Amino acid sequence: MSGPALPGALRLGLARTGIELKEFFRLRETVVFTFSFPVILLFVFGSVFDAELAPGVSFAQYFTAGMLASGIMLSSFQTLAIGIAVERDEGTLKRLRGTPMPPLAYFLGKIGLVLVTSVVQAVVLLLLGALLLNLELPTDPLLWLRLAWVFGLGVAAGTTAGIAYSTLARSSKSASAVVVPVVVVLQFISGVFFVFTDLPGWMQAIGSIFPLRWLAQGMRSVFLPPEFAAMEAGGSWHLGATALILTAWLVAGMLLALRTFRWQRHDQK
Amino acid sequence: MAATSTAGPAQIRVRGLTKRYGDHIAVDDLSLEIPAGEVFALLGPNGAGKTTTTEILEGYRDRDAGEVSVLGQDPQRAGRAWRARIGIVLQTSNDYAELSVTELVGHFARYYPRPRDPDEVIEAVGLQDKRRARVRALSGGQRRRLDVALGIVGAPELLFLDEPTTGFDPQARRSFWELIRRLRTEGTTILLTTHYLDEAEQLADRVGVIAGGRLMAVDSPAQLGGRQSRRAQVIWRDSREATDTPTRLVGELAGRYPGEIPDLQVLRPTLEDIYLDLIGEHS
Repeated sequence: MSGPALPGALRLGLARTGIELKEFFRLRETVVFTFSFPVILLFVFGSVFDAELAPGVSFAQYFTAGMLASGIMLSSFQTLAIGIAVERDEGTLKRLRGTPMPPLAYFLGKIGLVLVTSVVQAVVLLLLGALLLNLELPTDPLLWLRLAWVFGLGVAAGTTAGIAYSTLARSSKSASAVVVPVVVVLQFISGVFFVFTDLPGWMQAIGSIFPLRWLAQGMRSVFLPPEFAAMEAGGSWHLGATALILTAWLVAGMLLALRTFRWQRHDQK
Repeated sequence: MAATSTAGPAQIRVRGLTKRYGDHIAVDDLSLEIPAGEVFALLGPNGAGKTTTTEILEGYRDRDAGEVSVLGQDPQRAGRAWRARIGIVLQTSNDYAELSVTELVGHFARYYPRPRDPDEVIEAVGLQDKRRARVRALSGGQRRRLDVALGIVGAPELLFLDEPTTGFDPQARRSFWELIRRLRTEGTTILLTTHYLDEAEQLADRVGVIAGGRLMAVDSPAQLGGRQSRRAQVIWRDSREATDTPTRLVGELAGRYPGEIPDLQVLRPTLEDIYLDLIGEHS
């Protein structure tokens, strides 16, 4: 074929990111809910448990780590699992499939959306926590670096898992019902709402299969003093295991997404 | 049955196309050729196999048997370069509600190597007064015209239109028909499915009637099902008569009455009569 070449996937991925962000930020109720939910929870828990975990370490410090981890799961896994299921049901994906847009561009757009929203959400949470709840932010640059890789791996794992999970919801009406309970239960068994080591052993065992537990623990290693590692299961932050398990979810989610992703509703083929 | 035409190189060539869903045969040994520049309308009742057939041609569904070539390629294996040469207007959806018309058409233009100017496309579908409107604020007919804009912004050689005017008011349909005629003049080949027989008659060079997964007839709207050769009905106040020579009969009647023949009508079978005949056993 002569003439101008097909536009590249990277450039279109950027254009898709722009479209996704416009759509997201124009739905004011979604924006307000997404960004305020972890903050509100942090304030609720911060007020209920007014005590200190240890001298100079407030409960807010503990919950901030959990809320950051939850926020990542909400803005990656939940947003994509529900959003893509709705797009599949409403024919958005089918329409895109009928254009020369490369599939990669679509996924890059989703990744861009998740990256921007999760970072904004985390920044809002940390700022408000620091201003209103005396949250102490880490001063060691190495801790910020750790925050960055735990955050990045968490977002990546949540993204591929969310894309893969979206095929389970067979209609846009059932999407929330299929996705939200998983997210809520995971928060309870992963040490987000309760101290992880206070949970029954079997619950800890189940929670440990899923990425949220490791994500929350990784976040605690950033926001709690180093000596708190002794209070974790096994007496350590287990950062190696966190990296390994989040990567495993990232890869498994990607393989599953590649195998199961559909551009059309289940009843069409 | 004339399934071929000689107007140009075939853009769509289908031979022995068959598609089953379990025991149900949705498309049954269907053959069809559509030459470049033709507007072809596929008519048929719901469940006749229209959508299955067009979606196989669009590359959305796989076939069980038969040969299919669309723009010289097998849609089942065709890639991005092929998709850049076709345009697809599916039945309506409600996506991208928060974007404006200009943003959405402009965005879709970026997918294509040689797009039309988005502003001209918006004007062509008559949405120039709605450029800045959010998609959610459009009426059903405007939303449909936006669907068409997204389908043609890539300047396709071949355009698929699935029931494009469902839910249009009569005036919107007329202006939509004008748009299709303009695209035809520019050389776009168009495959159209519709429930409206007047739409097929207005737009299509040829019409295919599909029922029970089989193509029952393919011809120009005027010739379909031997329409021209069927007897005409001559009806006037006192009687009616079926005749092969309506002109002569009207001449005779003119001699019988002083002045006008009262309540005179000469009726040919309408496309609808022919259509209902053809799908009779399947409806």
